[in-house]
Amino acid sequence: MRFNFRAALKDAGISALVSIGLFGAMIGLKTDPGPTSLVLTPRPWAVVIAAGIVFFGRLLILFYKAWRPAGAPTPRRLRAASNQIGHYLTPLLLAFVFTLPFYAGRYWLDLGILVLTYTMLGWGLNIVVGLAGLLDLGYVAFYAVGAYSYALIAQTFHLGFWTCLPLAGLFAACWGIMLGFPVLRLRGDYLAIVTMAFGEIIRVVLLNWVSLTNGPNGISGIPRPTLFGLTFTAGGGPGSFADFFGITPNISQRFIFLYYVILGLALLTNWVSLRLRRLPLGRAWEALREDEVACRALGINVTITKLTAFAIGACFGGFAGAFFATRQAFISPESFTFMESSIILAIVVMGGLGSQLGTALAALIMIGGSEMFRDLADYRMLIFGLALVMMMILRPRGLVSGRVPSVSLGKRHKISAELLTEGHG
Amino acid sequence: MASPLLQVSGLTMRFGGLVAIDALDFEARSGEITAVIGPNGAGKTTVFNCITGFYKPTEGQLTLSPPGGRVLSLERMAGHRIAHYARVARTFQNIRLFAGMTVLENLLVAQHNALMPSVARGLLAVFGLGGYRGLERKAIAQAKFWLDAVELTERADDPAGSLPYGAQRRLEIARAMCTNPVMLCLDEPAAGLNPRESDELATLMRRIRDGGPGQPSCSVLLIEHDMGVVMSISDHIVVLDHGRKISDGTPAEVKADPAVIKAYLGEGDEDETPGGDAPVEDVA
Amino acid sequence: MAYALQQLVNGLTLGMIYGLIAVGYTMVYGIIGMINFAHGDVFMVGAFLSLIALTGLGALGITAIPLALAITLILAAAITALYGWTMERVAYRPLRGSFRLAPLISAIGMSIALENYVQVAQGARVKPMAPIITGDFSLLTDGHFTAHLSVMQIAIVLTTLLVLVLFTWVVTRTPLGRAMRACEQDRKMAGLLGIDTDATISLTFVIGAALAAVAGLMFLLYYGVIDFFVGFIIGVKAFTAAVLGGIGSMPGAVLGGLAIGLIEVFWSAYFSVAYKDVAAFSILVIVLIFMPSGLLGRADVEKV
Repeated sequence: MRFNFRAALKDAGISALVSIGLFGAMIGLKTDPGPTSLVLTPRPWAVVIAAGIVFFGRLLILFYKAWRPAGAPTPRRLRAASNQIGHYLTPLLLAFVFTLPFYAGRYWLDLGILVLTYTMLGWGLNIVVGLAGLLDLGYVAFYAVGAYSYALIAQTFHLGFWTCLPLAGLFAACWGIMLGFPVLRLRGDYLAIVTMAFGEIIRVVLLNWVSLTNGPNGISGIPRPTLFGLTFTAGGGPGSFADFFGITPNISQRFIFLYYVILGLALLTNWVSLRLRRLPLGRAWEALREDEVACRALGINVTITKLTAFAIGACFGGFAGAFFATRQAFISPESFTFMESSIILAIVVMGGLGSQLGTALAALIMIGGSEMFRDLADYRMLIFGLALVMMMILRPRGLVSGRVPSVSLGKRHKISAELLTEGHG
Repeated sequence: MASPLLQVSGLTMRFGGLVAIDALDFEARSGEITAVIGPNGAGKTTVFNCITGFYKPTEGQLTLSPPGGRVLSLERMAGHRIAHYARVARTFQNIRLFAGMTVLENLLVAQHNALMPSVARGLLAVFGLGGYRGLERKAIAQAKFWLDAVELTERADDPAGSLPYGAQRRLEIARAMCTNPVMLCLDEPAAGLNPRESDELATLMRRIRDGGPGQPSCSVLLIEHDMGVVMSISDHIVVLDHGRKISDGTPAEVKADPAVIKAYLGEGDEDETPGGDAPVEDVA
Repeated sequence: MAYALQQLVNGLTLGMIYGLIAVGYTMVYGIIGMINFAHGDVFMVGAFLSLIALTGLGALGITAIPLALAITLILAAAITALYGWTMERVAYRPLRGSFRLAPLISAIGMSIALENYVQVAQGARVKPMAPIITGDFSLLTDGHFTAHLSVMQIAIVLTTLLVLVLFTWVVTRTPLGRAMRACEQDRKMAGLLGIDTDATISLTFVIGAALAAVAGLMFLLYYGVIDFFVGFIIGVKAFTAAVLGGIGSMPGAVLGGLAIGLIEVFWSAYFSVAYKDVAAFSILVIVLIFMPSGLLGRADVEKV
C-alpha cells in the first residue's frame, strides 16, 4: 500500500488542532495561588509542544498503519519464531529468576521482589478472573487483610512470619467466602462494582478503626522473616544468619532471602493454579466461565464452585499481603487503594486471561517498565496510563492468548482465543 | 406396562399474567421414550425448565420415582441438585457446550460430582491425595465410552466450538449421558440436522433407552418438531397446546386424535402440519 | 427537625451532582455495555476547566455573576465534551467488539492518564476558590439550630433540573435521542436500518461529558476546592448511584444519585463522617442483593 503523505499530513494537522482545543485551557493556562485568589499563568509554549507531540505521533501511527495494515496476518516465519521463543521462554525465565541474586545489586533485587509480588498477586487474581471468569475489582482487599492480619497477629502474639503466613492466608480466604457468599449470584458488572465497593469499605475501615489498625499512621515495626530461626539483621549478632554461618553480616543477605521467599511463594501460587486447572475444580471454574447455565444442568453447584475460586484467589492475595508486610516492616491503608486492584487486574488482562506465563511477563513489563520511568516523576503515571490504553489497543486479548486443554487423549493443541468465552462476571 | 418414572400432576407456570402451563398432568414411564409435542408457544420448553429446576413451578407436583424405591419431589429441588441427586439430565434447544474446552473436557466436566465428591477431596487432589487418580481413570473410560457411542472419538482433543453443528448436538447428548442419568430430557435434538443425522440420532436415542453392556437403561423425555423422528421412536406422546394437554397416548392414537389435527392445522393460518419440519423457536 | 431538614437540603444538593455524573455512566453503559471508569475523571477535568474559566473571566474583568457563570458553563461543557469525544475515539472505539475486559482496562488506563495529566498540567496542590454565590434563606428554626437554604443550593438544584429536562427532551423527543435508544436496544439492527452508530456512540460520550462538566462546575461552586484526585471517589459514588438506580435507566441514575447523596449526608450527620462512604457502599450491596437489577433497572429473565 502506498503512503499518501498529503492525506496523512491533513489528518495529523486535524489531530493537532483538536489537541489545541483539549490542551489550550488545561495546559496553556495554569492556575497558581495569587495574593488574594488564584491567578492564571499563560504557558503558550507548553501547548505548542504538546500539540507538536500529537502531530508527529499521529503521523507516526499513520505511517505504521500504511506499512502494516490492520488485520494483516503475522508472517509465518515470525509466528514460527515466536512459537520457538515461547517454547524456551519459560525455562529461560526460570533460570533467570533463580540466579538473579548472584549477580544483581540491591536495587535490582528490590525491583525483582516487587515484580514477583505483583506476579504472585496476578496469578492469584487469575484464578478468579481468568479461570472462573468472575470480574473482581476489589482484590486488593484480600492483600490488605493478609498484610494486616500478619502485622497484628505477629505483634500481639509475638509469632514469627512462618507461623503467621498460613493464618494470614486463611483469614483472607475466610474474608473471600464472607464477601463472596452474598454477592456471587450477582452477574457481570454488578459483581465488579460490588467487589470494588468491598475493597473500598475495607480500606476505609482500616483508615478509621484507629484502635486496631492505628489508622492512617499505619503499623510499623512488623517482624522480619527468619530462616529456621536465624535472623537477618544488619549488625549480625548472636542468632543471626551471618553469625551462624560465620560470614560477615551484610544487609543484602536479607534482600536475597526475601527475594527467595517471594519467589517460593509465587511459584507455589503458580504450581497450585496449574494443578487445579487439571483437576475437576479447575475444570469446573473454566466451565463456569464458558456457560453457567450448562454447569447447573450438569449438577455442578455453581455457588460453591464460585466461592472456592474466590477463596483460593483470596488466600494467595493474603499470602502476598503477609509478605508485603514483612518486607516493608510497615503498612498503612495507603498501600491498598483501588489503584492497586486495577493494576493487578491490568496485569492479568494484559498477560492474557488464564495464562500463567503471560501474567508473569505482564508484571515484568508493567512494574519493571514503570520503574524505568521513575526519573520522570510526575510524568511516570501519565505514561503508565497511556501505555495501558495503547497495549489494550494493540493486543486486546493480552500477550499470551489462547488456552491449553487440561486433559487429552492424544496430543494437546492450543485452543485459539476466538473460541473462548470470557465469562460474564 | 412399565412403572411411572416421572409423574407430573397439576403443573402450572405463570409469568406475571401469562399462563404458560395450565394444570398439566402426564407421566413418563421407565424404559420408554416419551415425546412432548405441540405447536410453537405451547409451553414445551417451559415444562422442561420446570422439570430440570430452571424455573420454579407456580403450582403442581413433579414426582420422580427412580429405581431403588426413592421418591423425589423435583419442584422442591434446586437446579443443580436435580441433576446431581435426582439424576435428570438435559440438553438445550440452542446448544450450550463449553465452546472453548475440548470435547473430552466437556465430558469430564459432566462427571464433576463423581470426580469431586466434596470440596475437601477436590482440594486434597492438589497434593495427589484423596484417591483422585482412580476416579479420573474411570471418568476418562466413561467419556471414551460415550465418545464411541456418538462417534466423536477422533475429535476428542478438538475444542467443542469448532465441531460441525450435528456433532455439537451429539456431543451435548453424550455430555448429558456422562452424568449417569435415570432420565434424559432432550430439547429439540433433531433441529437443524439433515435426514441422515436424524436417523443416527433416532438410533442413539433407542440405544440410550434400551441400555446395553456398561450402560444402564435411561428413559428419554423428548421435545421435538421433527414428526418423522417423533412418530418412529416414541413409545408415548403427550400433545400440548397453549399450556394444556390436548392428547396423550401411543403415536398411532395421537395421530388419529382430531384435537391434535385441529391444534396443528389451527384456524387455517398455521402452516405447520404433523410431519412438517419447520425450524422452530419455542417460547421459554 | 430543623437539623433533619438541613440534612435533607444538603443531601438533595449533593445528590443532584451525583445524579448528573451518574447519567453519563448509565448512558455509556446502556449503549455499549462498558463501565467508563474514566468518567469520574472527565468530571474532574470539567471542574478544572470551570476553575480556569472563572479565574480567567475574573482577570478579564467580567464580574457580573450570571454572565460569568453562563460563559463558564458553556466553555467548560464544550471543552469537556471534546475530551469525551477524544477519549471514545482514541481509547474505546478501536476496542469495540473485542474482548469484553479490554475496554475496561483501557478505561482504567485512561483514568490514570487523565488524573496525572491534570496533575502535571495544573499541579498537585488543592485549588481553592472563593465563593461567588452567597446569601441564604432561613427555613426553620428549632431551638438553637436554624436550617438554611443557600442561594447556591437553589442555583445548583435549578441548573441541574434545567439540564436534566433539556437532556430528557433530547433523548425522548429528537431523532438523535431515537437513534440513541435504538442503538441501546440493538446496535447491529440500528446500523442495518441506516443509523450511524459510530456517530451516535460519539454523541453519547459528548453528552455524558458535557453533563459531567456541569456537575464539575456545580461541585466547584458548592465546595470551593478541587484537586486532580477528586474525580475518583466522586466517580465511584456516581457509578454506585447508576447501579443503584438500575444501570441503563436514566431516571434511575438521577434517583440513585439522590439516594446516595441523602444516605451519605444523613449518615454523616447522625452517625459518623468517617464511615459515610462505607454507608453508601453498604446500601449498594444490600440493594443489589435483594434487587439485583437496581431500583428502576429491567430485570433480565434468564433464557434457557
